[in-house]
Amino acid sequence: MHVPDGFLDAPTSVATGVVAAAGVGIALRRARAELDDRTAPMAGLVAAFVFAGQMINFPVGAGTSGHLLGGALAAVLVGPWTGALCISVVLLVQGLFMADGGLTALGTNITLLALISVVVGYGAFVLLRAVLPRSVASVPIAAAGGALVSVPAAAAVFTLLFAIGGTADVATGKVLTAMLGWHTVIGIGEAVVTGLVVSAVVASRPDLVHGARGLAARRPLVTSEAAA
Amino acid sequence: MSSTSRTSGRRRFWAVALLVTLLVAGVGSYYASSHPDGLEYVAEKTGFIDTAEDPVDTGSPFADYGTKGVEDERLSGGIAGVAGVGLTLLVGGGLFWLLRRRTPADQPGPQDDARGDSQPEPAHH
Repeated sequence: MHVPDGFLDAPTSVATGVVAAAGVGIALRRARAELDDRTAPMAGLVAAFVFAGQMINFPVGAGTSGHLLGGALAAVLVGPWTGALCISVVLLVQGLFMADGGLTALGTNITLLALISVVVGYGAFVLLRAVLPRSVASVPIAAAGGALVSVPAAAAVFTLLFAIGGTADVATGKVLTAMLGWHTVIGIGEAVVTGLVVSAVVASRPDLVHGARGLAARRPLVTSEAAA
Repeated sequence: MSSTSRTSGRRRFWAVALLVTLLVAGVGSYYASSHPDGLEYVAEKTGFIDTAEDPVDTGSPFADYGTKGVEDERLSGGIAGVAGVGLTLLVGGGLFWLLRRRTPADQPGPQDDARGDSQPEPAHH
């Protein structure tokens, strides 16, 4: 869902640029609490994995495709503030080196894909984790749920921005219906990929999964008990 | 579980994760759908795709996930994907390494970064 230059007018792009700068600024300060000698390399790896995952467009029917956005995935693995920074780094590399996503639209893309998708995706993850059984096995399921809603949420906010500052005169209702419809389907793909990746990491290194903290602590106890 | 096998298990996680990432970007990307993504498709169908401007030429050799001067499509995309992973790892890893908390307990010496997975293991001492 990379917004190219030109879809949104200059004032809207400036406004999203300000929102993005503020969001990234706060994330830079808050991420420190999530990052230490173990999680910092993990965060770099997560950013690189999201970059790779975003290259894999999967078909969603009728001649369209979608790819992983990774906001919910990154937030669950390395924490929401660091997760937002991971996606911002990916968008920066894509905009500067891959000509993917406009440069004047960088603020819009960071707002949608790094901020909105993380806030909604991680928020839904936390809610789901609270209602699911308290176990490591719930983490990938809650992560998939967060991923599922994060995509249409970003699509809805894009439509809002388009209604405010779209350069073409197209009925908002028409754009909203199409955006939500397709991005709900893409959200299912997002949920599947996120669920699978989180369950793979949780199975091998639960201690590295931010969203499994407090749950993962029980594992070594079980091992030492079994060993004893 | 002995501490050596645990350490090698931990190394294996990083090696496997990095390998998967490089394979996805360098090889898997060739098989990705070339259909327009959700936003492009909606823009086409509802009639605002023409407002998209051509991306700014930043002089990068990897524009549009291809490598300038490499004819073979598979190789061109693969190199761009691997380069993108490397750049993201460099920028992201560098940023996060600078931002991280430096807890006094985690500074026994210069070996610290190499050790990476530092969980207190009394067996070592």
